[in-house]
Amino acid sequence: MNWLMEFLDTLQATVVDVLPIAAILLGFQLFVLRKNIRNLKQVLIGFGLVLLGLAFFLEGLEQALFPLGKLMAEQLTAPEFLGISEATAERESDWSHYLWVYLFAFAIGLSTTIAEPSLIAVAIKANQVSGGAVGTWGLRIAVALGVAIGISLGAYRIVSGTPLHYYIITGYIIVLIQTVFCPKSIIALAYDSGGVTTSTVTVPLVAALGLGLSSTIPGRNPMLDGFGLIAFASLFPIMSVMGYAQISEWLAKRAKKTRVRD
Amino acid sequence: MDSIRDLAPIIVVIACFQLLVFRQPIPDLGGLLFGTLQVVIGLTLFIQGLKIGLFPIGESMAHDFASKGSILWLILFAFALGFGTTIAEPALIAISDEAARVAAAGGMIQQAPEKMKAYADGLRLTVAISVGLAIVIGVIRIIKGWPVQYLIMGGYAGVVIMTGFAPPEIIGIAYDSGGVTTSTITVPLVTALGVGLASSIRGRNPMTDGFGLIAFASLTPMIFVMAYGMLL
Repeated sequence: MNWLMEFLDTLQATVVDVLPIAAILLGFQLFVLRKNIRNLKQVLIGFGLVLLGLAFFLEGLEQALFPLGKLMAEQLTAPEFLGISEATAERESDWSHYLWVYLFAFAIGLSTTIAEPSLIAVAIKANQVSGGAVGTWGLRIAVALGVAIGISLGAYRIVSGTPLHYYIITGYIIVLIQTVFCPKSIIALAYDSGGVTTSTVTVPLVAALGLGLSSTIPGRNPMLDGFGLIAFASLFPIMSVMGYAQISEWLAKRAKKTRVRD
Repeated sequence: MDSIRDLAPIIVVIACFQLLVFRQPIPDLGGLLFGTLQVVIGLTLFIQGLKIGLFPIGESMAHDFASKGSILWLILFAFALGFGTTIAEPALIAISDEAARVAAAGGMIQQAPEKMKAYADGLRLTVAISVGLAIVIGVIRIIKGWPVQYLIMGGYAGVVIMTGFAPPEIIGIAYDSGGVTTSTITVPLVTALGVGLASSIRGRNPMTDGFGLIAFASLTPMIFVMAYGMLL
């Protein structure tokens, strides 16, 4: 009974989120395009499924995965676990001390991105549009690796206390160089994959990690240093997707060369 | 069931850390399994709904707008879609409240609830307008066939320049706001719109021209939020 109430609450919240979007779509369809929606019944069923699916998805995350994941982020960043006390404050520069934090950041970035619904949506579309050239799993794994590396580096930034914009600007320069050399057809998709990685699943867990780290480590201000992990998670997938395209192109070329030689 | 495969990595990571690093049993195993089951069901339904509902409507509207030939209406639609999906986004509401607390603590605004609420609402409005503009720019780009990288590079240059002038308290929030604007329902719709447009306009390739709308939507909020921090 309790579960049903909570589920209905989540469903209601999802419906409220979707209402403005549905109103915009309907308004333009009826008053501007003045056309009937093709397969209206199917589209409505689809919207219904999306709503119901999101409600189940969020409710399940909220009940099971988020509490445990957040608890872990707190435990990992607790002063006792990291061995930080007044006396050992000067040991903060020793990066290996935080090895478990970085490993956790990597693992949680990788695994939550694989389950991110908006990334699945973009991967399905990219696979369709490219006629199968961009594999759904290939793209998702490339993006997930990018997020994992990004969040680990972001955690290192909080530990070391270096300014955020140095990393982001360096990242931009790398993206710029990669753009020149990578296959033209992948560029737009790679830029897009930066934006889709960070939504429902990743943000709450990553935010808990950032907040925990910046409030435990001496000299960090959670207000100033707790932010920025999401920016890392949106920048690095751009690099990893372009890298993935470059590697697949290179492999394809090499395979062609060996075939010609045979 | 593909969704089980999608979820498996999270389960493995959490189980490994709990059992091997913390050496503690998993609390409330039944609850965890029940929650996971819901997540699996939810993801399966969502993807099914995406394929029969969100993708087709996004693409059919894009085709209709292209055949109607009115760029003005298309631009209005693009702005409404970007603005409307962002203004109510829960992640944005959370981050703008957080930003108001940071600003109050940093002495940029008075530490009074109504001042903080006004600051947070202003920030939300700023981000929503910037996402609306982003989708408009992205749609114009698809129509004109401009290469995506020049616009993005211009945007990056804008971010870098603004970083030099914006107050340090706002920079982290600004960078993060780029990531939170694109929700689970917006992404499939906007992607379908872009791909649909690019495939209905002659001379455009859905792969090179159809994507990129989300990239703009994550870039403009950074610039606008830093501008907001500078002006207030």
